Amino acid sequence: MTTSPTPALTADLLGALSRLVGSRWVRHRPAELATYAADGLPTHESRPGLVVLPGSRSEVAAVLSLLAERHVPFVPRGAGTGLSGGALAGGDAVLLTLTRLNRILRIDPASRRAVVEPGVINAHLSQAVARFGLQYVPDPSSQTACTIGGNVAENAGGPHCLKYGVTTNHITALEVILPDGSTATLGSPQGEPWGPDLVGLFLGSEGMFGVAVEITVRLEPTPRDIRTLFAEFTQLRAASSAVSAIIASGIVPAALEMMDQSCLEAVEASIYATGARTDAAAVLLVELDGAPEAVAAEAAVVEPLLRANGARSVTVATSEPDRARLWLGRKKAFGALGRLAPDLAVQDAVVPRSALPDLLDQIAAVRDRLGIRISNVFHAGDGNLHPCISFDRRDPRQAAAVVTANREIMEACLAAGGSITGEHGVGSDKREYMPRAFQPAALDLMCEVRRVFDPDGRANPGKVFPANVCREWRRGDRQ
Amino acid sequence: MKAGVAAALAGALGPALLDGEAVAPRSVEEMAGAAALATEQGWQWKLSGRGTWVTDDPPADLELSTRRLTRVLSIAPADLVATVESGVTIAELGAALRPHRLWWPVDPPGRGERTVGSVVATATAGPLRHGYGPVRDQFLGCTVVVPDGRVVETGGRVVKNVAGFDLPKLHAGGFGAFGVIARLHLRLRAVPESDTTLLAEGDRPRLLAAADAARDSGVGLCALELLSPAAAGTSEWCLAARLAGTRTGTEGEAARLRVATGIAWHTLGHDHAMSFRDILATTAESGSSTFRLGCLTGDIATTLGLLEATAGAGATFAGMGTGQLRWSGDVAPAQLIALRRELAAREVPLTIERAPWALLRAAGHFGSLRNGVGPILARLRSLFDPAGSIVVALEGNHG
Ligand SMILES: Cc1cc2nc3c(=O)[nH]c(=O)nc-3n(C[C@H](O)[C@H](O)[C@H](O)COP(=O)(O)OP(=O)(O)OC[C@H]3O[C@@H](n4cnc5c(N)ncnc54)[C@H](O)[C@@H]3O)c2cc1C
Repeated sequence: MTTSPTPALTADLLGALSRLVGSRWVRHRPAELATYAADGLPTHESRPGLVVLPGSRSEVAAVLSLLAERHVPFVPRGAGTGLSGGALAGGDAVLLTLTRLNRILRIDPASRRAVVEPGVINAHLSQAVARFGLQYVPDPSSQTACTIGGNVAENAGGPHCLKYGVTTNHITALEVILPDGSTATLGSPQGEPWGPDLVGLFLGSEGMFGVAVEITVRLEPTPRDIRTLFAEFTQLRAASSAVSAIIASGIVPAALEMMDQSCLEAVEASIYATGARTDAAAVLLVELDGAPEAVAAEAAVVEPLLRANGARSVTVATSEPDRARLWLGRKKAFGALGRLAPDLAVQDAVVPRSALPDLLDQIAAVRDRLGIRISNVFHAGDGNLHPCISFDRRDPRQAAAVVTANREIMEACLAAGGSITGEHGVGSDKREYMPRAFQPAALDLMCEVRRVFDPDGRANPGKVFPANVCREWRRGDRQ
Repeated sequence: MKAGVAAALAGALGPALLDGEAVAPRSVEEMAGAAALATEQGWQWKLSGRGTWVTDDPPADLELSTRRLTRVLSIAPADLVATVESGVTIAELGAALRPHRLWWPVDPPGRGERTVGSVVATATAGPLRHGYGPVRDQFLGCTVVVPDGRVVETGGRVVKNVAGFDLPKLHAGGFGAFGVIARLHLRLRAVPESDTTLLAEGDRPRLLAAADAARDSGVGLCALELLSPAAAGTSEWCLAARLAGTRTGTEGEAARLRVATGIAWHTLGHDHAMSFRDILATTAESGSSTFRLGCLTGDIATTLGLLEATAGAGATFAGMGTGQLRWSGDVAPAQLIALRRELAAREVPLTIERAPWALLRAAGHFGSLRNGVGPILARLRSLFDPAGSIVVALEGNHG
């Protein structure tokens, strides 16, 4: 052995872990550890003490029991596509990578359920159930890479979550290994809980409650008819008003997505160019699905609404290739934006839908004041913004501008009654905003609820909460 | 109720706190004050809304009620969100939303005087769960008074939110064990252009087959409920389908439903549909107890058989697309515990929604807990209510 693990993690631990999972599944050399030093968030890096890749749920349980005995912290990790620095581990912690647990264990087409291991890649699940006329709905843009386990931990969303709900609405049961190595079965195949809704509580817990090792998901029939409308606007505000008008009409589109001009330009300058004009201030993608009559009737309402709110053109596609062409730019937007500068910070925040027009104006003002490029591509139907900042992290001025821009955008969203994250999680990135988003009593309670699952605080330590907030939830500590 | 306790509380916090025998605060702050004092004194309370859904009284020192937390605080039509106090009734909420052409798509069992807080605390979704999801999806955040008087705001008021842990989930179906839900941000929908109810009567196997056909054909429905004669107030079993959307859309779907199922459906006129819903709300309160269970849709037929054999005749409501079954009637504790065990062996949870205290104490709202859940539940209870101020039988003595 040429190198030894970080001092905090002894060679003895390395040996013990190797005996549990096999030495080829324990990584400890600096070059190996370096590949796990980041996730999808470009602004944070941290090298884990060790990386272990268990191959089965019993190995996960054995590893967690061992770490519990030795009081070693750990960080679960899926594909590492997270955008909040949630899957980063410090030198004193073991990174538990779950990508080897990648089997689809059961598909029950009649009951529309599938049981999967956490390392199954999101898109693989939908591919596997397509032959039954079924789909797994939550479709994060990262779906060809991210894992269902990561989706569970972040409560991931995606374009089609407007109508069908986010990850939490599609998980009925979880098999969880708690930080002490014990197992808990949460939820039931149908979804009715045995007791309070612990599945709902676990969803979005960002790896801090334990490790999901078996996940029962709800499957939905693929829609009979789908119609995609692509509307170009010369004013950004007009596009936002169109979003509000559609929501107010009572129609819930399957997806309602927006891209601004900066994003359009990036797409059209990339290999994903769709041939769309880049002089539009914004485009809206509206997808309607369901029974043919219902889709036609809804389109007959939506198209005039788009035009009445200032759309200069509306393109409608029904065939799969035509729809795919309209979606291409949206689906590849992050990839295209990634080519604008060495780094791309993808932000995530939510505002009440009525506040969208003002928020987009405020983001433009931040952009102009700081002289940075911000492109917007986001889930407009649920007010979930993704301002994307192109920058070069080696330039301290630009890096500082990103921090300022993020803070100002978060503050604007909170002031509008929104949230600091709609789907990417808090992770390492947004801890400092938590006290602005929640009162001390709520933060304290969250910390205590976490201790119900993880009394020692060893599961994904240091995430979600700033270091000073987790006071004791004592009686008499009332505000 | 223990003599003098409510009066002592009113003596300390003001006589206006009393409404008859109950301590019924008029604001969240008053609720917090009452909870804190009661906990400090070691008094145990039972929590109530308007008292229309519970059957009898658990032994408690006092009754703490949300019945005077009745303000609709805001309605934001453009955001499809309303903020209400938890003592607002389903009927009052509907009336407040109607002028805005909005609704809260939850049709719980029980009368319109049920409070929004009680519907959330018991997670009693009705047939509309098929189209709109369970109760937990119908609110975005809530303000909770924990027994020591702290007021905690959880969740938020936007439709998508993953900041921090999802604590509101604990209160939906928590039966009040984790504090008093005092205020809620409700997720609303625009009233659809068309809302139609279709009804078919017949023998159970035929209607079960029709429901399967409807489900397999993918007809877009917002409810598909199989009802026993006692539930529907009819001589035969009934299958009820509800469609909401644009007029052309629902007409098209109704036609598809007829073709897919091959049974005779009749469309209820508006008044008839309303009175039909009233019947269901009332029959859901028949007998002294109501419980729900969740099975996979493929197992509904056998589960109904088991239910009939074990619990006996009662009003039975089966969500054919969701697998949520509800039963109301009279059942003895031993019978119910046996049924729960039998169902547990099939991975089907049974949750008691309302029952006399003797039954709840024996069986608990929840029982036959899965692997590892008991200790988590116990730790959560002692975190939120270390003094055991709230009288609630989450787990029974024998469940
Ligand atoms: C280009 C791009 C587009 C994206 N688009 C979207 C989008 O549209 N919507 C969206 O919601 N997100 C999106 N994301 C973010 C990211 O893909 C999601 O958060 C995803 O759910 C992360 O999955 P992962 O497997 O990569 O998890 P990781 O990044 O590896 O981990 C994420 C978190 O989950 C925890 N974790 C992982 N597995 C488990 C487990 N089995 N048990 C317990 N905890 C676990 C980790 O500790 C960490 O806190 C995007 C990311 C990229 C790079």
